[in-house]
Amino acid sequence: MLKMLALTEARLLLREPLAFFWGVAFPMVLLPVMGLSASKIEGVSLVAIYEPIVIAFISVAFGVQGIPVQIAGYRQGRILRRLATTPAGPARVIGAQLIVSLGVILIATIGVLAVGRLGFGVPLPRQPLGFALVVLLAAAAMVAIGLLIGALAPTARSAGAAATVLFFPLMYFAGLWTPQMSASARHIGSFTPLGAATQALGDSMSGGWPHPAAFAVLGLCTVVCAGLAARFFRWE
Amino acid sequence: MERLSKRYGRTIAVDDVSFTVDEGEIFGLLGRNGAGKSTTVDCLAGLRAPDHGRIRVAGLDPRRDRGELRQLLGVQLQDSQLQDKLTVAEAMRLYASFYRHPADIDRLLAMLDLTEKRNTRYRRLSGGQKQRLSIALALIGRPRFAILDELTTGLDPVARRDGWQLIEDIRNTGVTIMLITHLMIEAERLCDRVAIMRDGRIVALDTPAALGRPTLEDAFVALTDRRVS
Repeated sequence: MLKMLALTEARLLLREPLAFFWGVAFPMVLLPVMGLSASKIEGVSLVAIYEPIVIAFISVAFGVQGIPVQIAGYRQGRILRRLATTPAGPARVIGAQLIVSLGVILIATIGVLAVGRLGFGVPLPRQPLGFALVVLLAAAAMVAIGLLIGALAPTARSAGAAATVLFFPLMYFAGLWTPQMSASARHIGSFTPLGAATQALGDSMSGGWPHPAAFAVLGLCTVVCAGLAARFFRWE
Repeated sequence: MERLSKRYGRTIAVDDVSFTVDEGEIFGLLGRNGAGKSTTVDCLAGLRAPDHGRIRVAGLDPRRDRGELRQLLGVQLQDSQLQDKLTVAEAMRLYASFYRHPADIDRLLAMLDLTEKRNTRYRRLSGGQKQRLSIALALIGRPRFAILDELTTGLDPVARRDGWQLIEDIRNTGVTIMLITHLMIEAERLCDRVAIMRDGRIVALDTPAALGRPTLEDAFVALTDRRVS
């Protein structure tokens, strides 16, 4: 049942070229664009700096922006209600969406690492376990935010608007527009989920174990958002 | 269903409703908008818990035995949609995977005249085709009991006649059917018995012929229009 639902969700995602471009192709194109400019910040190439930022972007695209629009759309089209009358139940289709979103985030992350390594010689993470943990936790945190928006937003349109509003502060502190942040901005950023995530991803790429505070920020975001989503979820 | 009651806040949606649907019967549930039909159906399907009363569907409690009930209940909901980019065959396979003993997809598609549309995406189907797919999905689990909610609303007269024929065909395969409709002619034509609801109560329950003086529509208006009674 869950397998069929997940396969169906995956198939439907592949039929959304725009979502796919934004979440998978765009990060893989953004990285080479940064790589082509030979500029460096404090001796580190721009492409190496941008790799963690782009990886954080992927989980925003699918977690924060993708999931709530899907959930609100399914509620609006009374698909969740329809499923509630079948043995599958409405919760399983949301489970299937989470599985597919996490799967695509992981695949796109591997893709970005490959582009960086093969195209521009950026070394693979020197602390792979720490890196993998941060990627998973960041994805979980973004998916949890997405679930919370999806739980509250009455329509797919309002879910999309809420996600767009959140996109900017989340990605600002990840450093999408200002990879070289002032010390104070960096400090504030380390308390936001994606600021913490990019710093931790950067640390583990250069071989250090991510700062425990990053795990705490991401874990807290996941637990709080998922908990609120479960509490306030509207099935119809 | 015995003495079902359900209120939302201070609004009483269903008030002390009792009825029995016999096996193999087509039972009509009629009433104006807001009369309590949908709430009754929701309680029957286990989507809502009643405040009072006792419901048994084939011996099962819709809330307590929800998992088991969903295996033998087929529901066609009023204006519930499918994913735009899902094809007819994909939707059928997906819903078939939910049930222990699903019906044969090809036969069901043929019965609902959807074979040629099997690779068409939901968004590209006409209103009548969407309705037929919705019925097909309600039948995919080989239900013993099917709830069809405003099945022919929005269909042209020919498609509606086809729909009626289909409902009779389904009943002839042994499925008990509850039909919710605003079309009195539809109820007259199809239903063995009808219940007419008003303000959360059943105000009449009998065969359409016994209720209809001179027609079911006249009886319905007399029973449900506040300006008349």
